[in-house]
Amino acid sequence: MSQELYYKTIGELGRLLESGEISSVELTQAVIDRTKAVDDRVGAFNSFDEADALSQAAASDARRKEGSALGPLDGIPVGIKDVLAVKDQPLTCSSKILEKFVSPYDATCIEKLKGSGAILWGRLNMDEFAMGSSTENSAMGETSNPWDLERIPGGSSGGSAAAVAAGEAIVTLGSDTGGSIRQPASHCGVVGLKPTYGRVSRYGLAAFASSLDQVGPMGRSVEDVAILLQAISGHDERDSTSYKAVVPDYLAEIERLRDKKWTLGLPKEYFEGAADAASMGAVKEAIDFYRELGCEIKEVSLPHTEYAVATYYIIATAEASSNLARYDGIRYTHRAEKFDAKDSIDIYRQSRAEGFGEEVKRRVILGTYVLSSGYYDAYYLKAQKTRALIRQDFENAFSEVDALLTPTSPTPAFKKGAHTDDPLSMYLSDIYTISANLAGVPGMSVPCGYSDDMPIGLQILGKPFKEEEVLAIGSAFESARDFKNHHPKL
Amino acid sequence: MSETPHIDIDKVADLARIALSEEEKAKFSSQLDSILGYIDKLNELDTEDVKPMAHPHSVENVWREDAAEPEMPVEEALKNAPAKRQNMVIVPKVVE
Repeated sequence: MSQELYYKTIGELGRLLESGEISSVELTQAVIDRTKAVDDRVGAFNSFDEADALSQAAASDARRKEGSALGPLDGIPVGIKDVLAVKDQPLTCSSKILEKFVSPYDATCIEKLKGSGAILWGRLNMDEFAMGSSTENSAMGETSNPWDLERIPGGSSGGSAAAVAAGEAIVTLGSDTGGSIRQPASHCGVVGLKPTYGRVSRYGLAAFASSLDQVGPMGRSVEDVAILLQAISGHDERDSTSYKAVVPDYLAEIERLRDKKWTLGLPKEYFEGAADAASMGAVKEAIDFYRELGCEIKEVSLPHTEYAVATYYIIATAEASSNLARYDGIRYTHRAEKFDAKDSIDIYRQSRAEGFGEEVKRRVILGTYVLSSGYYDAYYLKAQKTRALIRQDFENAFSEVDALLTPTSPTPAFKKGAHTDDPLSMYLSDIYTISANLAGVPGMSVPCGYSDDMPIGLQILGKPFKEEEVLAIGSAFESARDFKNHHPKL
Repeated sequence: MSETPHIDIDKVADLARIALSEEEKAKFSSQLDSILGYIDKLNELDTEDVKPMAHPHSVENVWREDAAEPEMPVEEALKNAPAKRQNMVIVPKVVE
C-alpha cells in the first residue's frame, strides 16, 4: 500500500474518510499539492480550479458528518478530460477555436459524478478534439510521460493517463474513439477502459466521430476503474444511442467471477509479425499467466483486421468533418478579425483557419473529401460495409471464446516528435485498438510489464455489454502481480 | 479507383470552409494522397452483398412528446458568442 494519500485506491480512501482519519478537504489538498509539485514537468492539466475543488470537498465532508455520504466516490478527486462539459468551467478540447469557451451545462456523466459526490478536478490535456495518439496535437501545451519525460504519454487522453500515473488525481475520465483511453493507459502504466458503445451517455462529450466515441474511466487499479464505470453508466434519454440495458453491480460481479476459468482467444492477425518483440514479451507472459490459471487459450481469427485502419480513417474523418462544422466562428467560437466582407463565407474560412490546428485541418479535409459528391460510395459506403465485416469477425470469435487478449499498442511510448511529420505512421500505431470502436465492443488495457523501463499494456476485448467480464479477467491478472503499486519516479 | 487517387485541395478546402496557406496546401495534398493510396486497399474486398453498418448496435428512432420544457436561458446560451447585442449574435452584413 502506498504511503501517499494521492496514490491510494478509492477503497482505501473510502475507509479513511469513513473512519474520520482524513477529510475530503485534506485529500483534495494533497492532490492539489501533488499537482503543483509535478505538473510543471508532466503538463497533464490545461487548467484547474483549486478553490472550486476545495469547496466541493468541504460539501462532501459536511455530507459525511451528517451521515448522508453518497457512496464510494463521495469526496474522491476525479480528473476530467477537457472534452467533457462541466457547467461554468472551461471546455477547450485543447483547441484554439474553443480557447475562451465556458460550458453552460453539465455532460450526463458529469451530472452523474456530481450526484455521486465526486470532486471534479481540473481540465486534462488531450490531442485537439481527441484527434491523435500522442497529445502532441494540443494547442494548450505539451504533456510528458511521467515514466520518461522525453516521451509522449499516448493520446488522445494523454493528460488523463499521465495525471493518474503521477498521482495528480485518484481516477480520471477519458474518451476513446479509436484507442484514446486504452493506448495512453498502456503507455503510462495505468488501467483504462473503453465501455461498449452505448453503455455511457455521450451527452456533453464534444463530438469527434459520433458512431465511435465513448467516455470511459482510467485509474491505477481495475477496482477503481470499475467504481468509476459504475457511476457513469446507464441509459440517458438525451443520447438516443445510449443503450437500455441493465447496469450490473461491477464490484460484486468481479467477486462472483473471480475463479472462473475463461476461454480466451488470441487473434492470430494481431500476433503475426507486426508487434515488436519487446512489447510482445510482457504480453506473452500475461497470456502464460492465464494458461497457468487454468483458462483455455485458443487461437482465433479476425480476418479483416488489415482493413481496420483504412476503414476507421474514412468513418472517423467523415463524421468529424460533419461534427466540426459547428465551429464556424459565428455562435460560440473564435471569430477571425480579418476576412473578406464581400464574400459571405470567408468569415468561416478564416476563423477555422486560425482556430484549428494542423491535424484537425487534415482530418476535416479528408473527411470532407470522402463525403463529397462522386466519392461517397467509393469511400464512406465502402467503409461502412467493411465495418460490418469487421464486426462480424468479432461476433464469430465471441461464439468461440469469452474474450480476446492482445497487446494494446505495438510499441511502448515513443519519443516526442518521432511521428509528427508522418501522419500515416501515427495512424498505424492504433492498429490493435481501433477495431473495438468499429465493432462497438468493450476493451480495457491493464499494465502487464515493461520494455526498456517503459510500461506495456495488455488489452482485453470483451463481448458487447460484458464489461464485468473484462474487469474480472483483468482483475485476476492484476491481483497476481504488483504493477498497480509501481509508480514513476518524479 | 485503380488510378492513383488525388485530392483537389483547393476544391476540398473550400467545401470544408478552411482557408489554407500555399505551404499547407502542398503539405496536405501530398500527405492526403498517400493516405488515400493506403485507403485504396479496401478495394481488394468484395462487399457487393454486404449491408452497410452505421452504428455498432441497432438504433431505432426515439420519439418524445412534443411538450415545451424549460431549457437553457438565452443569456446563458449566448455567453460564449464572439459578438452579441441584447439577445442576438452580431454577424457581418451579408446582403446589400
